[in-house]
Amino acid sequence: MLSLENITRIIHEWLNSHFNPAIALDTEFVLVGVASITLFALLGLSLVWMERKVAAVMQIRLGPNRVGPKGIFQTTADTLKLLMKEGLVPDGADKFLFNLAPFIVMIVAMLILAPIAFAKNFQIWDINIGVLYLSAISSLSVIGILMAGWASNSKYSLLGAMRSGAQIVSYELSAGLSVLSIVVLTGSLSIKDIILSQQNGWWIFKAHIPALISFIIFIIAVTAETNRAPFDMAEAESELTAGFHTEYSGMRFALFFLAEYINIFIVCAIGATLFFGGWMPLHIGSWQAFNHIMDYIPSSIWFLGKTIGLIFLIMWFRWTFPRLRIDQLLNLEWKYLLPISMFNLLLTSLVAIMGWYF
Amino acid sequence: MFLKDYIKDVYGAVSSLLKGMRMTGYYFTHHKEIITEQYPDNRETLKIADRFRGEVVLLHDENNEHACTGCSACEIACPNGTIKIINKFDISPEGKKKKAIDTFVYHLELCTMCNLCIEACPTDAIKMAQTFEHSVYDRSKLTKKLNNEGSKLREGIE
Repeated sequence: MLSLENITRIIHEWLNSHFNPAIALDTEFVLVGVASITLFALLGLSLVWMERKVAAVMQIRLGPNRVGPKGIFQTTADTLKLLMKEGLVPDGADKFLFNLAPFIVMIVAMLILAPIAFAKNFQIWDINIGVLYLSAISSLSVIGILMAGWASNSKYSLLGAMRSGAQIVSYELSAGLSVLSIVVLTGSLSIKDIILSQQNGWWIFKAHIPALISFIIFIIAVTAETNRAPFDMAEAESELTAGFHTEYSGMRFALFFLAEYINIFIVCAIGATLFFGGWMPLHIGSWQAFNHIMDYIPSSIWFLGKTIGLIFLIMWFRWTFPRLRIDQLLNLEWKYLLPISMFNLLLTSLVAIMGWYF
Repeated sequence: MFLKDYIKDVYGAVSSLLKGMRMTGYYFTHHKEIITEQYPDNRETLKIADRFRGEVVLLHDENNEHACTGCSACEIACPNGTIKIINKFDISPEGKKKKAIDTFVYHLELCTMCNLCIEACPTDAIKMAQTFEHSVYDRSKLTKKLNNEGSKLREGIE
């Protein structure tokens, strides 16, 4: 059967039988790099198109419909335009940092990809501290944003970057705490173990109330972390022109734009992994027949479906809710989400100790 | 007491956000609500909103008669001098002089579509049309004469 797992195994065996192990390993590194860059490009193109379509229909419009059927080549055309544009560097900018910032943001986005399981036994790097790695790396992207804001030497960029800093540092807490509740239930930090623990049902169903609360907190916190509306204070078109990337143009701007969508994909993939079982098909307890039917759907489809579902949810948020003010944003985090998620962590621990989950 | 307010706050916030999401979710699933008109493609079937104001027209019936008495109420009502009414005096068979319009001058380029002239008209002679393709190559073409050639006042309108 052709699955992602088999394809990787065939490539691995072929390389090892024709070359010595060191060269095979290096080739695999290169292949993984190329594959993830390709994935990024495809994700960027398709998610931007999806966002524009979703936004349009929610605002009773049609959205892109001129380039290609249903406008699917619109984003390709936009990217080609951005590639050909001149990348300006302002005179007053710190040239080195200004050029470095978009790459930092992209590299951080690529690093988070490592422990994510895309399908059954299809993972770049199965580390036993996967969740810790994810939460550690995902907060690094703020450095790229701060760098861009500072190096641009523009008031809008600086304000946007500072807001983004305050926002990501605050929301990191409740995102971490809500992730911890799943870790408490599983008893492992490894992504693989977390997925395997959902063999007989996803955590959001198995651990009922505490998992639901932590899922809601998680989705709010990651919306804030990825700087998406209603928490898009770092960009805030109506206040700060374009926030931290006001001074960027051409391909550097495209990198920031791409990184935003990659980050959405990644946080949704994390959410799908923790709460909806990653590539694990929908299993209900001991209903053997039902579980077998669900197993026929490939695991990569399950993973992509869940992730796209969560991405849609985040897009739904964006096109429904009004933007928060900076003080409201911090109020929400420190007065509501943090106490609730702390209380929820206690509740989860109680549920885990007493075995009150299915 | 504090805790009660706190929970009430959270509940109110969540329920109002869900209400908003229900609205956008409804639009997302009901594509017939889409109001975008793909204009140059659907020129024949174009649907324009009822209250859209394109330009002022003077209504003529099949006998080439209109209801404008030349009272100049619209000219006075117009805030930026878009309308100019030039009157003449018809002499009736009995030898009486009767006021009638000679030319109803309308400067489309000055008009802001404020609708004040239509409201001021005592005989409902003018109204707003829904035409909107007004672009021309020469500005002078925007100065229009609204009354048709040889038209006259409808009987019985004072």
